[in-house]
Amino acid sequence: MLFTSYGFIAFIAILFVVYYIVPKKWQWPLLLMASGVFYWIADPRYLIFIFVTSLSAWGCGVLMARINDGQALYLKEHADTVTKDEKKALKAKNKKRKWHILLACLILNIGILAVTKYTDFVIDNINNAFHSGLHKVDLIIPMGISFYTFQTMSYIIDAYRGTVTPERNPFKLALFTSFFPQLVQGPINRYGDLSKTLYEPHRFSEKVFSMGLMRILWGYFKKVVVADRMITAVTMLVSDTDTYTGAYVFVAMFFYAFELYCDFTGGIDITIGIAQALGITMKENFNLPYFSKDIKEYWNRWHISMGSWFTDYIFYPLSVSPRMLKLSKWSREHLGKVIGKRVTVYLAAFIVWFTTGLWHGAAWNFIVWGLMNFVVIMISQELAPLYSKFHKKFGFKGKSWYTVFEIIRTIFLMSLIRMFDCYRNVPMTFKMVGTMFTRFRLKIFTDGSLLKLGLTKYDYIVLAVALIVILSVSIFKYNRGEVRTKLYEKPWLWYGAMSALFIVIIVFGAYGIGYDSTQFIYNQF
Amino acid sequence: MEELMDILTELHPDVDYDTCTTLVDDRIIDSFDIISIISEVAARLDVQIPAEEIIPENFNSAKSLWELIERLENE
Repeated sequence: MLFTSYGFIAFIAILFVVYYIVPKKWQWPLLLMASGVFYWIADPRYLIFIFVTSLSAWGCGVLMARINDGQALYLKEHADTVTKDEKKALKAKNKKRKWHILLACLILNIGILAVTKYTDFVIDNINNAFHSGLHKVDLIIPMGISFYTFQTMSYIIDAYRGTVTPERNPFKLALFTSFFPQLVQGPINRYGDLSKTLYEPHRFSEKVFSMGLMRILWGYFKKVVVADRMITAVTMLVSDTDTYTGAYVFVAMFFYAFELYCDFTGGIDITIGIAQALGITMKENFNLPYFSKDIKEYWNRWHISMGSWFTDYIFYPLSVSPRMLKLSKWSREHLGKVIGKRVTVYLAAFIVWFTTGLWHGAAWNFIVWGLMNFVVIMISQELAPLYSKFHKKFGFKGKSWYTVFEIIRTIFLMSLIRMFDCYRNVPMTFKMVGTMFTRFRLKIFTDGSLLKLGLTKYDYIVLAVALIVILSVSIFKYNRGEVRTKLYEKPWLWYGAMSALFIVIIVFGAYGIGYDSTQFIYNQF
Repeated sequence: MEELMDILTELHPDVDYDTCTTLVDDRIIDSFDIISIISEVAARLDVQIPAEEIIPENFNSAKSLWELIERLENE
């Protein structure tokens, strides 16, 4: 069931009504049922996978809780007699037991993710390397498996670390795993954040509900007015690689940057908006990513839940593991302090970016995309002292024109790296990007070529106005905060804006004969 | 504490670690810096900071970081 289908809109409309009518204690079970229905409609077989993930995480969490309880009880009962060393030994023993439980849970769930998503990729590579004729298995890939697996694994790791209390109610944990708005394309919520409001009873609040509704409308505006309008042109540009070279690649690069932004942030707006209308708070997944001044800042603002997941659960544990610290010590002693202190950080960052690429898809273009990010981050890290000297000498840093330059530079760089996502073929991407420099002809911008990409003059006007609106809202947010909060202060403005947005979506949405709204780009990840 | 101050100053000489309490929140130090600090602390102070302790509250100031080190030493 697509977010943009009439069926889905009817589904959430009914849910909103029933949610606020039923007794408050039935609200979260109702969400669990709704999530089950949502997933069942997508494909009943998916339910088996999410059930296994949820049940295993619940079981492992309960086992860890029992160990914690047993330890607490023992230390309480023997408070007067237990020595510091005995206490330490008991904690170490229990930590080891919990580690084994965690490991079993991770192996099972990451195993399911790996088998369903990457088996054909491995077979492909074996066939290419050894010229063997292994047949692809073509397993079903449950919708959102990358998202809900990572989300559930964050829960069990946090339970192991003791930063969250394990959930004893299997149905509550099942809701955390399967809450339907996040299943399509994330965000990857943390149990410690989402559980604060997910299970609470919620009274209807006009403000909270209409804020959520406005957010949903804003998301639909970005998805159906902009992203769905651009998809034909982007698909055409990246599919016909003989015709669309040179300046067309440049056009594809920026079209895709705008399309992806509207598709992904629009989808997340709908997700967070639905949750908000239900009284549930989700953490933001974006913070004006195209206002970033460098690539590191970009990754702190784009797909925040994914970036922080990789940082918290791979980069940090890997970097501070005893083996890495040993390697750090060894490299300092043998390679000198300057190189030595970089070895472990760069090695961990390499692994993180390789994994990030692989998480996005079972294909080499995603892995190369991840590694390109790694390379750029490392280069900017190494050039940082040089930049610092440059800025001290010339004093450009902080000047508005220089900030604009930094923002444009980052957008260009990120859009360029993202071309690996567009062409889905590494050598082809390099070739096409190369033509941008060898076959760049400005003529296509003036001879009407851009009107042959499935976009009419009318479409370009709609897109230009939409770009201005989105940019204005973003600039307002950057300087003064959320537009929604300001609009809500004046009811006539609030309901006027909401009605206008609704009409714009109906009138300017990319509908028409043969219209078939597309799934969100991030749904495939 | 002096050793820790040396580690931090070597990383970012122009930061006033006596007063700054938003090292992570204001992105004065990033994830790479945090790993450098942890490696240095392990090498010079022989204290290993585990991953679960890498939270902004522990790294936002030199004082909170020192408190963390002392707590881990006493555990």
